[in-house]
Amino acid sequence: MAMAIKLSLLLLFFLASILPTFSIFQDQVGFMDWHQRYIGKVKDAVFHTQKAGRKRVVVSTEENVIASLDLRRGEIFWRHVLGANDVVDKIDIALGKYVITLSSEGSILRAWNLPDGQMVWESFLSGSKSSKALLVVPANLKVDLDSPVFVYSGASLHAISNIDGEYLWKKDFATEGSIDVHQLILPGGNDVVHAVGVTGSSQFDTYEIDVKNGGLLKHTSASLPGGVYGEILPISGDRFVALDASRSVLVLLTIQNGQVHLEQTHVSDLIHGSSVNTVILPSKLSGIFSLRTDDCIVFIKVTNEGKLNVMEKVDKMVVVSDALSLSEGEQAFALVQHGDSKIELSVRLVHDMSSNHLKETVKMDHERGFVHKIFINNYVRTDRSHGFRALIVMEDHSLLLLQQGEIVWTRDDGLASVIDVTTSELPVEKIGVSVAKVEHNLFEWLKGHMLKLKGTLMLATLDEIEAIQKIRLQSSEKSKMTRDHNGFRRLLILLTRAGKLYALHTGDGRIVWSTLLQSLRTTSQQQCSGLKLHQWQVPHHHALDNNPSVLVVGRCGLSLTSPTALSIVDAYTGKELPTMGPAQHSTVQVIPLPFRDSTEQQLHLLIDADKHAHLYPRTPEAARIFQREAENVYWYSVESEAGILRGYGVKSTHSSNVPDEYDFETRNLWSVVFPSESEKIIATVTRKPNEVVHTQAKVIADEDVMYKYISKNMVFVATVSPKASGPIGSATPDESVLVVYLVDTVTGRILHRMTHLGSQGPVHAVLSENWVVYHYFNLRAHRYEISVIEIYDQSRAENKDVFKLIVGKHNLTTPVSSYSRPEVTTKSQSYFFTHSVKVISVSSTAKGITSKHLLIGTIGDQVLALDKRFVDPRRSLNPTQAEKEEGLLPLTDTLPIIPQSYVTHAFKVEGLRGIETVPAKLESTSLVFAYGVDLFYTRIAPSRTYDSLTEDFNYALLLLTIVALVVAIFVTWVLSERKDLQEKWR
Amino acid sequence: MEKGKGVMGSRKWAVEFTDSSATPSTRDIPDPPGFTRVPHDQDDSVLSRQKKDAEANWKSQKAWEVAQAPFKNLLMMGFMMWMAGSTVHLFSIGITFSALWQPLSALQGVGKVFQPYKDPKVDLLAPKLLYIALNLGGMLLGLWKLNTLGLLPTHASDWVSSLPPAREVEYSGGGIALH
Repeated sequence: MAMAIKLSLLLLFFLASILPTFSIFQDQVGFMDWHQRYIGKVKDAVFHTQKAGRKRVVVSTEENVIASLDLRRGEIFWRHVLGANDVVDKIDIALGKYVITLSSEGSILRAWNLPDGQMVWESFLSGSKSSKALLVVPANLKVDLDSPVFVYSGASLHAISNIDGEYLWKKDFATEGSIDVHQLILPGGNDVVHAVGVTGSSQFDTYEIDVKNGGLLKHTSASLPGGVYGEILPISGDRFVALDASRSVLVLLTIQNGQVHLEQTHVSDLIHGSSVNTVILPSKLSGIFSLRTDDCIVFIKVTNEGKLNVMEKVDKMVVVSDALSLSEGEQAFALVQHGDSKIELSVRLVHDMSSNHLKETVKMDHERGFVHKIFINNYVRTDRSHGFRALIVMEDHSLLLLQQGEIVWTRDDGLASVIDVTTSELPVEKIGVSVAKVEHNLFEWLKGHMLKLKGTLMLATLDEIEAIQKIRLQSSEKSKMTRDHNGFRRLLILLTRAGKLYALHTGDGRIVWSTLLQSLRTTSQQQCSGLKLHQWQVPHHHALDNNPSVLVVGRCGLSLTSPTALSIVDAYTGKELPTMGPAQHSTVQVIPLPFRDSTEQQLHLLIDADKHAHLYPRTPEAARIFQREAENVYWYSVESEAGILRGYGVKSTHSSNVPDEYDFETRNLWSVVFPSESEKIIATVTRKPNEVVHTQAKVIADEDVMYKYISKNMVFVATVSPKASGPIGSATPDESVLVVYLVDTVTGRILHRMTHLGSQGPVHAVLSENWVVYHYFNLRAHRYEISVIEIYDQSRAENKDVFKLIVGKHNLTTPVSSYSRPEVTTKSQSYFFTHSVKVISVSSTAKGITSKHLLIGTIGDQVLALDKRFVDPRRSLNPTQAEKEEGLLPLTDTLPIIPQSYVTHAFKVEGLRGIETVPAKLESTSLVFAYGVDLFYTRIAPSRTYDSLTEDFNYALLLLTIVALVVAIFVTWVLSERKDLQEKWR
Repeated sequence: MEKGKGVMGSRKWAVEFTDSSATPSTRDIPDPPGFTRVPHDQDDSVLSRQKKDAEANWKSQKAWEVAQAPFKNLLMMGFMMWMAGSTVHLFSIGITFSALWQPLSALQGVGKVFQPYKDPKVDLLAPKLLYIALNLGGMLLGLWKLNTLGLLPTHASDWVSSLPPAREVEYSGGGIALH
């Protein structure tokens, strides 16, 4: 047995000692990986339909993406993902060929070439103070000026040439008092630009500014005694409407001859009924504005005399688009009303509100929720009437194009904002397949293999090679809906920011099901969002008839004390199970416990803001199991603001404060207080709870053994001096100190502490088995560094006598308690690393035998696989022969970046936020899922697939060889028989 | 013979019709071509004993030879092992395993090997013991080689690797508050 293990280990070592190049061939792309591109929830859209050939829409999204989409199919023509802090404020199209974007609170203005998305120019706008960002691109300026765009940002008005991004002029409003500009209006045909705003919340101001040089032409102001809530909305050239601070009075402002006339109307006079939470909707419709209260939306027309007339009252869930100017000064806008599993789209003309210009009913999947936004665009039909297409953004962040009462295309852009990921097994294959299917499959199989054989023997024609490639990529095997032997086929369950749960098939990345979680839906009263996704029930032995399910924990409200939303979702069907309602308590921590009840439900402990523990599932059985184990259950909290680590124990006995038998009090056991003047917590990381470790021993050169300190109750904490907590360069090397700790979370014991002088964050770290690898910036060396700490258990180190081990006289399998305070030693080493890093993860395999790869999400949004052997603290400059045999690499100052070891190969996972690794059933293989704005999935085999033949192994060739050999045996046997006989007759 | 001599002395020539010589070596006249002398030892007990002694001698000699044969093998094996080096690969593993297998199969067939030399007069125990010892030596050599290749579980690491990691008594979870 030991021999077999040794042999296999040696073989493994041999496979591993070949320097890893895990590149794939060009024709293997898409074979086991897939890449999906998304853009996120659209917040603004500009249509561009001038050229009939290429109809497109330019959108900006909440994931800071600007993209040009094909209006026919919804495909991305081009896309740019701006940085996480570079929020897109406004977009527009200038001159019909540039896309102008204003981002980073109006401080960066960029122009992109519309056809191909190349950046044409970029301008940085500086302002004296932060303010709202506004962008106006004049459609056709009559003034002879270098086609400017006007940007209000940083309390200044800038005019910038849209040819080359040059400054034309700048008008600083900071000198004019603390005005808060709400609107920038460019009346058609005039050579003035109006800036409308509020000073000190009670004075209305308009400025008229010369478009040629930025000179102030006219300034009008009037005091608003009631203050202003929200924004001032322009109605027509000289009329504005605002809501006063109490949200109950509408103020109509009319400018006549340099005088501002105020007219106040009570909202309750207009709307007969309740008028709570009134807001003016920002839709710009000339002469009309819309008001939303808690129960309805009211369209109010402003007559020429300055009267407000209520035109129509509609349901409050109606979504109104901006006005779209048609020919001859006509304006149209669209309303979307949500019905039961359908939506009603109606387009109305502004001057004729009484009737619908167009009314369409579209069937809508109710899993998409309500309509959140609508953008309309018109086209001229062959009979010269106007047709309309509407781009709608749904509650689940998906994007749909409606035209002629049909959904032309949909994009599931909610997948751009994945919060949490888990996986689920697929159902077991049912026994009993029809004979016809088998025959068909057999025929297909044979055909496929004959083709492959041809390919191997270089007999295939070009068409056949193409067919081979196609078979390989679209093998029906990989996208089957059943469990496979190797565990490659799984469901990736993704929780998105919209509160929607998606299940993606790992084979081809298609969406198997999606559910808009009813318990996480944001209502007008409260804003709900998902927090965490946990495996709830994983049937293995006892409850095989049950489907696996996942637990979604969310929060309804913005503060930490807001109530919790809980939901359990069947992983096969996506149906929300009714077993769990909303919880009354808040949730700040979710702790999956390592216990299961008889139906294989995992016990979870939810910690609320008052540090009470709530046990789930709420069954007597679970309570019994927990009571039994409660004295060994601990939890800890990291309070990064206060710089404190606190550990708690769970009291298994009930007290009068806690009413429920599933709620437990906790008591503070220990605290680690970091001095706030010198240390600030910037990163913590723990081991993955489901990580499997094969062995506690590390065999080093000369067959020596070191015992790893494998504890799941270990947290890595990185602190920096408060001065250095800003971006790189904000502190001098002398001021910045990075301190890393390894803390036992049961006893609060600091296992290891290390100081990196002259270094600062951001720190990205990964903790696995007995090691932690972290990435930080070294200010002295002006380079990024990666350090590794390995922690070993000294209390077991004397277990080295072979005979004692053979007879079992050792303490290696006795349960360990953190209270026994085992002696530990650490080894550490640092290396330079050229990339800055977004996220670090590590591969995980089923048994933990296979060597590990670090998966580093680089700043270029790619995933780099780095062999753990490169970050081994035992590396030395001149390894001995024995160490070389062990596979220890000579020490280098820099970690190598092998271009072939990018697991994302040619793709980029834009906006990379996380890398999730899941073990396959095959020990050599680990499934990798990287998510950000894009999704990417692949399989990696850190020590190569030593336990299986490659997928494209040619079974036909093998079979053919065997058949040929058998035939040869028979032929030679017959021949030799005959010869023998002749010999005897002679 | 005496008679003959006397005759030889008095007469010029004589024809002897009786064949008195037993072995051709004592005769001065070679046998005629095509003639083969039929030995008739069966009835001659002295002669047969002598013969048996000779055979026993020869058998024991042969048995010793057979017993010593593995020594040559041993030398050759040693040379091959030295050539194979101390790293694990197909060649060295093959040689080592054949070095282990050969003595083993030889030991299994000890009886068979010494079967032809079985004789009540010959003491086969000593050659057998030598044979076994030499084969055991060969096997030891193989084992030693196996050990140098690192394929024998003689180190603590070989016994520890298969042990599962110790269970932890406590369980702790948590972290930064979710937001």
